[in-house]
Amino acid sequence: MLANESSKVPGLSRRELLKSGAAGVLLLGFRVPIAHAASDSFAPNAFIRIGDDDVVTLVMPQVEMGQGIYTSVGMILADELDADFEKVVLQHAPPDKAYINPIFGVQATGGSTSVRAFWEPLRKAGASARAMLVEAAAQQWSVELSTCRTSNSVVIHDASGRKVGYGAIAGLAATMTPPKEPKLKSIKDFTLIGKPVKRKDTPDKTDGKTQYGIDAMPAGVKFAAIAQCPIFGGKVGRVDDTKAKAIKGVQQVVAIDDFVAVVADTTWTALKGLDALDVIWDEGPNANVDSAEIWQALRTASQGPAVVAKETGDVKAAFADGAHYDAVYELPFLAHAAMEPLNCTVHYTKDACEVWTGSQVIGRVQADVAKVVGLPIEKVTAHNFYIGGGFGRRLEQEMAVRAARLAMQVDGPVKVTWRREEDMQHDVYRPLYHNAVSASVKNGKIVGWTHRVTGSAIIARWLPPAFKNGIDIDAVDGAVDEPYDFQNIKIEYVRAEPLAVPTGFWRGVGPNNNFFTLETFVDEIAHREKVDPVAFRLKHLDNNPRLKAVVQLAAEKSGWGSSLPARMGRGISAQNAFGSFISTVCEAEVDESGEIRVHRCVAAVDTGIVVNPDTVIAQFQGGLIFGLTAALYGEITIAKGRVQQSNFNDYRMLRINEAPKIEVHLIPSMEHPGGIGETGTTASAPALANALFAATGVRLRRLPIDRDVLAGRKPA
Amino acid sequence: MITLQINGQPHDVDVSPDTPLLWALRDALGMTGTKYGCGIAQCGACTVHLDGQAVRSCQLPIGSVGSRAITTIEGVGSTDAGAKIQKAWLDLEVIQCGYCQSGQIMSAAALLAQKASPNDDDIDAAMAGNICRCGTYVRIRAAIKKAAAA
Repeated sequence: MLANESSKVPGLSRRELLKSGAAGVLLLGFRVPIAHAASDSFAPNAFIRIGDDDVVTLVMPQVEMGQGIYTSVGMILADELDADFEKVVLQHAPPDKAYINPIFGVQATGGSTSVRAFWEPLRKAGASARAMLVEAAAQQWSVELSTCRTSNSVVIHDASGRKVGYGAIAGLAATMTPPKEPKLKSIKDFTLIGKPVKRKDTPDKTDGKTQYGIDAMPAGVKFAAIAQCPIFGGKVGRVDDTKAKAIKGVQQVVAIDDFVAVVADTTWTALKGLDALDVIWDEGPNANVDSAEIWQALRTASQGPAVVAKETGDVKAAFADGAHYDAVYELPFLAHAAMEPLNCTVHYTKDACEVWTGSQVIGRVQADVAKVVGLPIEKVTAHNFYIGGGFGRRLEQEMAVRAARLAMQVDGPVKVTWRREEDMQHDVYRPLYHNAVSASVKNGKIVGWTHRVTGSAIIARWLPPAFKNGIDIDAVDGAVDEPYDFQNIKIEYVRAEPLAVPTGFWRGVGPNNNFFTLETFVDEIAHREKVDPVAFRLKHLDNNPRLKAVVQLAAEKSGWGSSLPARMGRGISAQNAFGSFISTVCEAEVDESGEIRVHRCVAAVDTGIVVNPDTVIAQFQGGLIFGLTAALYGEITIAKGRVQQSNFNDYRMLRINEAPKIEVHLIPSMEHPGGIGETGTTASAPALANALFAATGVRLRRLPIDRDVLAGRKPA
Repeated sequence: MITLQINGQPHDVDVSPDTPLLWALRDALGMTGTKYGCGIAQCGACTVHLDGQAVRSCQLPIGSVGSRAITTIEGVGSTDAGAKIQKAWLDLEVIQCGYCQSGQIMSAAALLAQKASPNDDDIDAAMAGNICRCGTYVRIRAAIKKAAAA
């Protein structure tokens, strides 16, 4: 990962990087004057720049979309570098292979991988740079390396009382050879990691200064709105733009394959123009697809051939006797509905192309735009931004490709903003899933377990090299490494792409489906075996001490077993996914009509070494709300080849008046850091469904939760 | 040409009078702190103050504003309630992605200016129109109470 051989970022001169920074695009005004970051006498690797003005600039390989990663990544680098964190400047990474996520092999932010993937590379980057600064100072002072130490961006020689700031020694440090194996700090010597550090990005988010992609305003920018064919797979047929063009401020109407765009003096005028267009769509082959047909196809596929993703023990023998339980669980399509609607600004000229957008895959944005506009990749500059919620949606780059195609027909830069309805109806949806699961119980323990997952293979499209032997590692994530000691296990996968509807990653990814299935089914079996659900789980956790500990702590902190009023229930979930061990207890109430009130969630979290504890708590709190929202309300349905939901009026979000109290208890750990962004989302649905069973005696096997089923108006 | 009084300053905008204030701020004046979220007054991301009242700027044509005082996220820090809310937001690290937070802060500042010690019901009533997809609600509630106590 370390560009130790060269002080340059491969494929991109630092001078260029800083030049664009000086224009205020790449460098962020973290309340540090941008001009101060415009020197870089020491750039030991892709992540660190130290100017002779003492400013330490850290380049962020992972994008900030709310998860606090800029601060966490900055802390890891700055801790090993011994940089003064208060004065550190952060910078969005440009597209470059130096910033490839080691877990994916792609420059991508997702899957709760940021800290897990970059923990070691960044520590080494920081330690290596620090070693070179120390070596430079020692050489200048003609003293032994070992007699120098560092603190807050200063090299210190205690015996002589000499000190030199990183900036003053930066030029000399740049001539030192990077150490082959930089010495990392002992955990006890961390000055930042593990402490609750204030986030670097939040001050500018309180007064409107932060720029998201949607706020990009290159000089002379025009504003565009687009309408894609509402039917998946359809195209533009005929467009009558007479009325649109009569609107003052409408400058251009462009139709390209499957979308129409209006370019205007403001986004509002563009939207008005869009509404005034008379478009006849060529509806294509999916014009009659609906949800019932999609579900039927999925259920049929689930009966067909499957690939075995995991098999241990003797499953057949385990099911030969004992109590036998079966169930089917189904989860719906979901939209991402990030608060910042999709957008992308592009300036195309015949020699070069410039792109402004917030992306989880900025390298793919650059590459795909280059392809579609027919320019070499080095002629395409892609500026990344803060992201107003990603949740997986910005792991795609098709919004940039569309914007680029439009920009080829527009004189000057054009900003394409998707209206909310467009964002919701042209998402890549969390796939629907079908799960058939069976268990065999002997002597009060599950001894046989089969789980057949049927659903879309997102990995096959998004990361083809990782799709092997017909197994989608995401679709079975959480199923193949179950936390419990079930002994005889068979996990199967059936790839079934839904008719017409594109699918993509959604916060919590595969484990959402698999832990909902596992944790509600285990809960059901516990109840049917007349064993307390916590005690039942603990019986199967002797080989998983970290999970056992969080289950015990969550039970204790939640008052598990204490009595609750009528129609209130408590449910638990446990999970080990994304490298973290988590148990969550949810308390919920159901009234006679089936309406739900979630009162409280209590979680115990072991995520290994914690970089920024408050960020971990915040991520878990938010993840729970994200998951509860989906469990309570989330479902995208299809009729006549179109998405039926369009905006927040018919795709409901949890609001503050519905939010439960949340307690998160962190377990101190010296294990490798785990991921946290996805985990709350995965935890919440099974804990809630189990609480609702405890409150009503109704077992829920589909999401979102059907109030008619809960109230007994409809069978489960 | 329409003149709007924004954060104590007159601003001339040359767009059609039916343009919602949201788009006049963002596209004509380059004041991008006010956010577009839904366009139908369902999410609150575009919240600004009109004579101190929290309003959804996506539903407010500039032709209907007249001389009324507009306060946006860029200017709310100069009000007593706004400054307290911003500080509490940072003290409790409310913010995650931050995209909805301009609107959250504007709604919370209007609440605090009108009710010095809002209770949970007041907070629900004033803030339920603001969606936060990152799920920062627990901290928003705590931060409003902290600001009220400051």
